[in-house]
Amino acid sequence: MTQALDITAATVDPALLDLPWHLPLEQWPEENIASLPKGLSRHTVRFAHLSGHVIAIKETLPDLAKREYEMLKELQKLDVPCVEPFANIKNRVDANGDELPAVLITRHLKFALPYRAMWSQGLRAETATRLVDALAVLLVRLHLAGFFWGDVSLSNTLFRRDAGAFAAYLVDAETGQLYESGLSSGQRENDLEIARVNIAGELMDLVASGRAGEGVDPNATSERIVNKYRELWKELTAAEVFDKDERWRINQRVERLNDLGFDIEELMIKTDDSGNSLKIQPKVVDAGHHTRRLIRLTGLDVQENQSRKLLNDLDAFRVKIDPEGDEEVLAHRWLSEVFEPVVKAIPREYSGRLEPAEVFHQVLLHRWDLAEKLNRKVPLEEAVNSYVVNVLAHRRDEEALISPPTEAITLPTAVPSGNIEVEEDEKGDWRDKV
Amino acid sequence: MASVKFDNATRTYPGGTTPAVDSVNLEIADGEFLVLVGPSGCGKSTTLRMLAGLEEVNGGKIFIGDRDVTEIPPKDRDIAMVFQNYALYPHMTVAENMGFALKIAGVAKEERAARVLDAAKLLDLEPYLNRKPKALSGGQRQRVAMGRAIVRKPQVFLMDEPLSNLDAKLRVQTRTQIASLQRRLGVTTVYVTHDQVEAMTMGDRVAVLKDGILQQVATPRELYETPKNVFVAGFIGSPAMNLLQVPIVDGGVQFGNAVVPIPSAVLSKTKAKMVTLGVRPENLSVSKTKGISVEIAVIEELGSDGYLYGVAKIDGGEFELVSRVDGRDHPNKGETVFLNPEGGIMHIFDVETGERLN
Repeated sequence: MTQALDITAATVDPALLDLPWHLPLEQWPEENIASLPKGLSRHTVRFAHLSGHVIAIKETLPDLAKREYEMLKELQKLDVPCVEPFANIKNRVDANGDELPAVLITRHLKFALPYRAMWSQGLRAETATRLVDALAVLLVRLHLAGFFWGDVSLSNTLFRRDAGAFAAYLVDAETGQLYESGLSSGQRENDLEIARVNIAGELMDLVASGRAGEGVDPNATSERIVNKYRELWKELTAAEVFDKDERWRINQRVERLNDLGFDIEELMIKTDDSGNSLKIQPKVVDAGHHTRRLIRLTGLDVQENQSRKLLNDLDAFRVKIDPEGDEEVLAHRWLSEVFEPVVKAIPREYSGRLEPAEVFHQVLLHRWDLAEKLNRKVPLEEAVNSYVVNVLAHRRDEEALISPPTEAITLPTAVPSGNIEVEEDEKGDWRDKV
Repeated sequence: MASVKFDNATRTYPGGTTPAVDSVNLEIADGEFLVLVGPSGCGKSTTLRMLAGLEEVNGGKIFIGDRDVTEIPPKDRDIAMVFQNYALYPHMTVAENMGFALKIAGVAKEERAARVLDAAKLLDLEPYLNRKPKALSGGQRQRVAMGRAIVRKPQVFLMDEPLSNLDAKLRVQTRTQIASLQRRLGVTTVYVTHDQVEAMTMGDRVAVLKDGILQQVATPRELYETPKNVFVAGFIGSPAMNLLQVPIVDGGVQFGNAVVPIPSAVLSKTKAKMVTLGVRPENLSVSKTKGISVEIAVIEELGSDGYLYGVAKIDGGEFELVSRVDGRDHPNKGETVFLNPEGGIMHIFDVETGERLN
């Protein structure tokens, strides 16, 4: 059956041909399926093993699969955090020659989790808040790139831990559209409104499922994205006017943006006719301020907030060893004397628990807590050992988290023929829940 | 509920030289189902997004009812984009799924329950209000998703290719459902599609766009019977209308070996020596001796009807002509026959402007 398959792939992996494309995704044998948690989806989505890594497969219409594949490629070029498109396949047929849906394949993002699987005990209120903050940053970045999402939601996003915060990645670009000339404020507002309603709905559903921790407030959390987004958008794009004697405000603006994790690539500076006042406005901003500095100094490529924490430790190391010394030489020493020993001290069996940079960040936190508890200085080796035994050993693997897949509703499906299985009505009057 | 009015509405993208939507004037009556249709890039989605507030309006105005909404943000326009997102939440009942957006909008509980009940009655979902979506059929789930939009009681529903991600069977089913639901609700609806069959079967009126310019707004029947220009003539109808340039002769136009009579009052409207003649497949009949000679390339049998696809050689070029024939009693592939307009139903267009002459 595979001869008729029409595959478009970014990288050629012959093993792709060995997957059971002649079966509907729902009927794939256990041996092919990777049991990972997934979000709510309109389509059938499953994870499968392929040559030692995991891919996500979504069944959809041929045109939509192709369009989303191309869209994700475009977004990658624009350096927007999103899942990596791997292939799209059409012309699938089953053993009887009947047509099967086309599929879009993306690579599973390692160490990334859907919001529903963030904590095995359910989603905590503070985590929900941080997820929404991460989604606000992602939405701002997408909008800066001229991408109208059309279906902003927690379900369409994956999250990676980022030193106490989260980094959000776009997973579903099906409804999105890129506008070369940028977005209108109406489009941005519409995405925000969609985000607000979807997040509230998703959190209400989580509360109804009993998987939300105490204090999760769907309304307040969903409102938060609006405020967070507006704050960040304003900081990144608004014009500022000041007296020509207050030129220090240019540096101040640059530093504020750096603190938020952005670099200014292009800044418009204008004087008024009298020459007495200055107007500045960032024209092009680029996320990843700390990430870029850490890569330049150490070659480590990690999340923005992790980079910030690692750089703090690196800077403290420099001050301690040789404040006047060459930054790059000292960064190299920090890497080999501080960072790498910690990462190497993690037993191999725990290497899938967390990303190395996240482990390092947590070790630093753990060392701090320990010092406070013992009321003395704690050497790094002691902190690492204590962290491995007391913290890491009790965590689950997050590299490719295996757990029962989250229930997903596939929508829309054709009306089933024959009898529909009818579940009992919920107890009580429906009006009580509306 | 409200009427909608585009008053010289224009959208030019930054850096663009020609407008994506050019001075559109369009009035949509209260409760009307209007379909915007046209080929890709014609400006139909842009027109809809201008009404939704997602595209800036660079010239002209847009009204919902008497209210000028040109500068009003999307969420304050009292419109609902249907099917934008039809995720259903598995742990919430049908009633909760339909009503949760009202909850976050701060609508009082009694009002929420009343609106959900009204919508559920309209959608035949009343018996399922206390059930989780998992226990519903595909069609029922879709109706729940529609319910989410209905309970908001918007002035206008906007739908942008809502059926594009459904398979063919469900698309036809849902098409019928949407059309009948819209009629029951009586809410003004603007619907965008590239599919002229969808447009013709759903709309009270259909607006045809090309290159950002509104070509014609009319009922499906008017569009079919009296297309205003060559573009509309060729776009509406499946299989498409036969369109060919023919010379003007004494008493009419030359059609192969025959002269098709056309009143001189019609032909005198053009200065050119030719006209574009349009004949729908059902008005082009097989003749033994009269008309244009074609070699039959394909016969498509569709039961009681069939379509004959013939190739004519005119002035060294090849043209395809389509004629509706009896599904069983028809000439066969490879034969040469003549095709000639019958019954006098013809469409005459100016070869230069493309405008209708008769």
